Amino acid sequence: MHRYRFVLFRPLQFLPVLFGISVITFVLVRLIPGDPARILLGTRATPAAIANIRAQYGLDDPIWVQYLYFIKNLLAGEMGRSTLYKIDVLRLIGTRIEPTLALVGMGVLLALIIALPCAALSARRQGRIADHAVRLASTAGIGFPSFWLGAMLILLFSVRLGWLPVSGYGQGFADKLVHLVLPGLTIALSLSAVLTRSLRAGMIAGLQSDIATAARARGLPESAVFWHHVVPNALLPTVNLLAVNIGWLIGGTVVVESVFALPGLGQLMVRGIFTRDYMVVQGVALTFACATVLINFLADIVTVALDPRVEL
Amino acid sequence: MIRTADLSLLPRWSRRFGRRPMLAAGIAILTGFVVMALAAGLIAPHDPIYQDAAARLQPPSLAHPFGTDNFGRDVFSRVIWGARIDLQIAIIGVIFPFLIGTVVGTVAGFFGGWVDALFMRIIDVVLAFPFLVLMLSIITILGPGLSSFYIAMALVGWVSYARLIRAQILVLKTQDFAVAAASLGFSRLRIMFGHLLPNALAGSLVFIMSDAVLVLLNGAAISYLGLGVQPPVAEWGVMVAEAQGFITQAWWITLFPGLAIVALAFGFSLTGDALADLMGIRE
Repeated sequence: MHRYRFVLFRPLQFLPVLFGISVITFVLVRLIPGDPARILLGTRATPAAIANIRAQYGLDDPIWVQYLYFIKNLLAGEMGRSTLYKIDVLRLIGTRIEPTLALVGMGVLLALIIALPCAALSARRQGRIADHAVRLASTAGIGFPSFWLGAMLILLFSVRLGWLPVSGYGQGFADKLVHLVLPGLTIALSLSAVLTRSLRAGMIAGLQSDIATAARARGLPESAVFWHHVVPNALLPTVNLLAVNIGWLIGGTVVVESVFALPGLGQLMVRGIFTRDYMVVQGVALTFACATVLINFLADIVTVALDPRVEL
Repeated sequence: MIRTADLSLLPRWSRRFGRRPMLAAGIAILTGFVVMALAAGLIAPHDPIYQDAAARLQPPSLAHPFGTDNFGRDVFSRVIWGARIDLQIAIIGVIFPFLIGTVVGTVAGFFGGWVDALFMRIIDVVLAFPFLVLMLSIITILGPGLSSFYIAMALVGWVSYARLIRAQILVLKTQDFAVAAASLGFSRLRIMFGHLLPNALAGSLVFIMSDAVLVLLNGAAISYLGLGVQPPVAEWGVMVAEAQGFITQAWWITLFPGLAIVALAFGFSLTGDALADLMGIRE
């Protein structure tokens, strides 16, 4: 099990990054002009509440002591209160995390469903018309703005065809799934452009590799060589590619949640900016940053688990 | 693996230019948009913010090739004027991160040691935040607007350039010409910016093109969210946002500004891909 030793030690390397993340999110809120107590509580706070918050966050102490208070509160799971929703930011984030996770999951799943056949077609007919079409589509696909793509999908599938709901999240599993199709597809179309390029390159390299030659020498038909030997190896770097692009993917969910009025973290953040609900903005930014670090760590574990050749 | 491109190949690149339809197409698209932006006042048939209450939500016609929006403004003219703002977003949004990142990357790569370690840790932290989330957090402090977008872009976007340039400088500084320059007693500044940097820049030329796509999409997205360019300015992201309420009645208000973004982004992508091919740089 020594290959998994990094699972114990890698988190220690995260400490400087987590420290940096906490400093940035702390500084961001402190840079907002105005009385910090009013910023934390909103403009209509009572004098008693202000005195309370001054003590809790040490607002009369030097800035570095305030930072220590901030960390102490964070470790206690205390991210402040939302001035708009009047509940703890941590609880608020808890109620909004599901649509965002579901959207990312749906987006990645649909992206793979789109990218895998496209890349396979392209790689097996390298240099032919189908290949050129796929490459052109993936070059153009990277430049599709998600907010516009979402609107176009609404226009086609909701307004014209009436197959899928225009926006919202729905109630119950099946209904939610139906509401996630178009937002998921919006993310998937952009993401599949990136995935197709990487998968195609991997498959082309795989088709020329010793593994493929050995499989052909054993008399396997070309399609078996491709699907059993080339594709699994080409899929491995995808895990890493998804992890590298997770920040971009999260940015995509922020925009797409706004297009489709999905009650997720991204929409919460954007609303928070407009309503000056600063603790919510800070909390969501912190959550997204920690999620990015965590997902990169998980991707390393998955890579090691899937590929016995990898040592970290 | 980043390969440093050799600038002495420049004449050979230009000879290959004629045989590169992708590069020619990419540059043609970009030139088209630049002309459109510069000559917007001459090309556009109508005032982009003039509201004509009598001509609301009209479908595409000869008088209004892209139709009119809910205020009776001509969508065609607004798309043309939008080129000014969106090209500006792509260009300014790339230049400042490029300048900051280049200086940081050169200094970090050249000096190494604690300077390098410090900048690398800062870059790790910036990269830990999803790009758009950090930009939105900065815009929260600065308030919505195009200048806030540029400041946020400069504060966040430099990291990729710094990493790219640093990696090249690390390779270049051990090569003979750099050692020769040092043994001639040239100052560090002169070696860094006169000898090493010019050789490291070719690779980032390709990256600038793909970065321009991301910056354009981000700028338009932030404007779509209501935190960038403010209405009634004709900007493609703002136009899509304003159109969304009318999507059931008037598809043309949403369609055309989006197509403009796609076309401009495609121009940058084609040019970048073709340049990468030309210079023998592979991702």
